[in-house]
Amino acid sequence: MITKLHGWHLRAGARMVDFGGWDMPVQYETGPREEHVRVREAAGLFDIDHMGRLEIAGPGAQDFLQRVQTWDVSRLAVGRAHYSMLLNEAGGILDDIFIYHRPRSWLLVVNASNAPKDKAWLESHARGFDVTIQDRSPDTCLVALQGPAARDVLQLMCPEIDLARVGFHHIVECPLAGAPSILCTSGYTGEPGYEMLLPAENCEAMWSAILSAGASHRLIPCGLAARDSLRAEACLPLYGNEIDETTDPLSAGLARAAVSLEGHDFTGRKALAALALNRPKQVMIGFEMEEPGVPRHGYPIAVDGRTVGRVTTGLFSPSTGKYLGMGYVEVPRAVVGEKVGIVIREAVKTARIRKRPFYTSPHWR
Amino acid sequence: MEYRFDDKVRYSKTHEWVRVEGGVAVVGISDYAQNKLSDVVFVELPAAGKELRAGTACMVIESVKAAEEVFAPVSGAVVARNEKLEKAPELVNKDPFGDGWLVKVTLSDPRETDSLMDAAAYRKLVETL
Repeated sequence: MITKLHGWHLRAGARMVDFGGWDMPVQYETGPREEHVRVREAAGLFDIDHMGRLEIAGPGAQDFLQRVQTWDVSRLAVGRAHYSMLLNEAGGILDDIFIYHRPRSWLLVVNASNAPKDKAWLESHARGFDVTIQDRSPDTCLVALQGPAARDVLQLMCPEIDLARVGFHHIVECPLAGAPSILCTSGYTGEPGYEMLLPAENCEAMWSAILSAGASHRLIPCGLAARDSLRAEACLPLYGNEIDETTDPLSAGLARAAVSLEGHDFTGRKALAALALNRPKQVMIGFEMEEPGVPRHGYPIAVDGRTVGRVTTGLFSPSTGKYLGMGYVEVPRAVVGEKVGIVIREAVKTARIRKRPFYTSPHWR
Repeated sequence: MEYRFDDKVRYSKTHEWVRVEGGVAVVGISDYAQNKLSDVVFVELPAAGKELRAGTACMVIESVKAAEEVFAPVSGAVVARNEKLEKAPELVNKDPFGDGWLVKVTLSDPRETDSLMDAAAYRKLVETL
């Protein structure tokens, strides 16, 4: 599958890679490290059109959402957005999602590889609710503008609204280059920025217009490699790495961010409540390599020759100059400051558990 | 994509190069290889004294994407390691034929370099990829 910006990427000389069935730019000629640094220092533009957009509408939409996802949306005002999850009955994570509360509907932004599964699962749970579930991915285009200069870049294109007054996880509508667009102050990099729903028909023209408007602010297009290292420094989970159907939001350390345990009765709640009482056996931790080496997804974490966990993500972190990683570790070992071993090609290299996130942007204002 | 080709080295099919200086062979990876790897973030060099066998995996280069094995283009014992790569692995990207060299080995069979490609032959190979 390809996004609406695929042709642009090819013409720009992007290096393409398969990502869950999507042919996506992993990097442009600039290269992953420089693209990463640019987002931390200035701004980067990402094609995230592969992510799914499902619109839930109808008189029963809110009741339906309360049943199928973890965040109590009765407290989510129109014009706000929030992180949430779809769980199975056992509390396993079917997907992590973003919910936009629109004036007459709700928009779920879901992971690309999970979109068909999510839609089928939502439909199978819709019986008895007066709702419609519509895939809005074909008629919109989703891009992300991220970095400390993101607001200044967007302000040039959207003079009607004072973007400094738009709070975090707020949604505003603004015509960008004359095309009606929906902006949400959110992102996946740890920097301030926007995820933007553009009309599908002039997606490429708008992408180019944003890049032109941002040129004086050093804006560049960025690929999936930079997106991954940026989100990893911010310790944001990636579905398939940190979370999947065999993991739950409590063990993943995401309950506070994504789950309202008091209140609505959602699928998976009973299982989570039981897990909260018994305490998870493994929990998510962050670690820093004390001996150099690149931890990778699936590498064992060991203490005294015994496996006590596994790496979910590892990287060389351009912002900190350190080799860092995340992973699940048995609860007694999951303590900040604790020394653990990361098994890299049969050699055990020393790492130390450290506080997450690894990087906090100084640019939140 | 335009790649650089150094005329003074000989190349393996797996994109390593060798430059013989006296009885010692300097080993690195080609510009094509570093480009395909993307940003190099870690190089796991073999220990000094280790005997490398031509055609076998002898070290690992980690890029942002993955861990890739480097195959010894010639046989011999490691006499020097590029220690600069520990702090600056990106030298492999920036200067693959110069400061981004990997190891130096004493050639156990100098004739092995005869089976490696010259720059013209290697360029032809890269053009087919």
